[in-house]
Amino acid sequence: MTISAIGITKRFGDFVALDDVSLEVAGGELTALLGPSGSGKSTLLRVIAGLERADAGEVIISGEDATGRPARERGVGFVFQHYAAFKHMTVRENVAFGLSIRHRPKAEIAARVDELLHLVQIDGLAERYPSQLSGGQRQRMALARALAVEPKVLLLDEPFGALDARVRKELRAWLRRLHEEMHVTTVFVTHDQEEAMEVADRIVIMNEGRIEQIGPPRELYERPGNEFVMSFLGPVNKLGDVLVRPHDVELLLEPNGATTVALIDRITYLGFEVRVELELRNGRKLWAQTTRESAAPLEPGKTVHVRPRATRTFDGDGVETVPAGDSPWWDRRVTMEVHHS
Amino acid sequence: MRRSRSGPAALGAGGSRAGKYGLRTIALSYLALILVLPVGMVFYRTFENGLQPVLQALVDPLTLHALYLTVAIAAIAVPLNTLFGVFCALLMVRRRFLGKSILSVLIDLPFAVSPVVVGLSLVLVYGRTGWLGGWLAENGVRVIFAWPSMVLATIFVSLPFVVREVVPVLQEIGVDQDQAAHTLGATPWQTFWRVTLPAIRSGVTYGVILTTARALGEFGAVSVVSGKIAGRTSTLTVHVEERFQQFDLVGAYTSSLLLAVIALVIVLSMTVLRSKEVGA
Repeated sequence: MTISAIGITKRFGDFVALDDVSLEVAGGELTALLGPSGSGKSTLLRVIAGLERADAGEVIISGEDATGRPARERGVGFVFQHYAAFKHMTVRENVAFGLSIRHRPKAEIAARVDELLHLVQIDGLAERYPSQLSGGQRQRMALARALAVEPKVLLLDEPFGALDARVRKELRAWLRRLHEEMHVTTVFVTHDQEEAMEVADRIVIMNEGRIEQIGPPRELYERPGNEFVMSFLGPVNKLGDVLVRPHDVELLLEPNGATTVALIDRITYLGFEVRVELELRNGRKLWAQTTRESAAPLEPGKTVHVRPRATRTFDGDGVETVPAGDSPWWDRRVTMEVHHS
Repeated sequence: MRRSRSGPAALGAGGSRAGKYGLRTIALSYLALILVLPVGMVFYRTFENGLQPVLQALVDPLTLHALYLTVAIAAIAVPLNTLFGVFCALLMVRRRFLGKSILSVLIDLPFAVSPVVVGLSLVLVYGRTGWLGGWLAENGVRVIFAWPSMVLATIFVSLPFVVREVVPVLQEIGVDQDQAAHTLGATPWQTFWRVTLPAIRSGVTYGVILTTARALGEFGAVSVVSGKIAGRTSTLTVHVEERFQQFDLVGAYTSSLLLAVIALVIVLSMTVLRSKEVGA
């Protein structure tokens, strides 16, 4: 059950939400649409579902042209950020909705609903109303409701966005397991890069109505195609046009030729992870992500010797470039101001 | 020194108690003077001379006809205003169109215009020399001084209630539930009956009750367009006035009481329906 979106453009007034976007989703895959708010990720999902009509482009769902079809004929399951529970119906009635409007036999509906409630692990709550459920339970119910009609594809719009951090993590892992059991082609929207990396087989990074890069989580992290992708997938230090991940900033107690001196501004302990905020001699600031043991000898106000394990530089078009010239990594632009120790 | 320190605190505590009872007394006496006393007097005066005159006035054919006409007019006006109200509320909340703000103002017009003016304007349009009335009279349709004009007047004055009650509920629920129904395969019609209507039920119910109360109690507009023909175009409110002017005080009070009892039943049913919702 594949999805193809071809050349989708969508405007809201003057605002271009999607600018000629094309995306292919393979059958059985779990894909994340990741981007900041306003990047067009939700709009793309809603265009695929038929909840939004594109100004241009085509949507093909498992080989059939769905472009002109209303949402109800597309065979998609859709899960909303704020659950969209039918408040006047019990959990059972909610899950049964898609089947009962198709006038399926009562016994068949009851059996299917029981099976789904078991699948999403809310067996005991069938006769409750949505207002009597927690956020996490409501979202499980919404998922069961979407799955009841055996959709060709499952679309989730920030499904965990309204939940608190602990429940969110729990549901992520559960969604991943559920997907491994069911193998329904799934696309979910998120602005949380950790969520995308943890759950998805493949991540589509969006920005300003365009797709920046598509790939498996690890590939995107290790080989970002441009500065936006690199900075969206994790923290970066930007020194001139050189980008360094904080975990790639190595802190040494002794100089070794490739290092530069930095003053320790502040040390923050976050359990195992320790953040060390630094100021270089030329006034530039950066931070290093290190471990408790490595940070043990460090103290604010003291100096340390800094060296990057890896850096990246992109030119104006976002293409990765190799730093030119002999200037050191930390200061290619303002070499004159550097004072070597 | 000590006094000045404890003074405000003591005053504050005592003041809040005195304030509490003071405010209650003011609120209750105000309500007593404005509401309870006059309505109570109607009850008292009705039964002043015992039950017999009241029963006589109740079975008076003119009273019964007025009651019948009042209920019949409400039975036409309320469903029409409910249908229009729900449709209009959906239009105003869910669709963008030119002239939306004009529509919104028009819907509130009956709140602003005095019922007497409503009556006169209907006469201007549907009266014998009116804009539409001449043509209608030629085709044998009599509007003014007959029940059609009374229905029109009642619809006019009770128009905004359902719209104004349903709009905020629709705004609050948003479109998520409807869209979820669409993705689950529901047609627009199925979505309306199974999802939208149950979700706005509280607003519709409240709107219908207010519309009914307004329709039953309407006097100004109806009295202008009806011609007040006893036994033919006299509603309960018009009947009360007519009896009062004929110095038939028991008749006037009895009909008033009838209106008050109907109003009370409506208010009570509203309270019951509301408490049910809170319970659910």
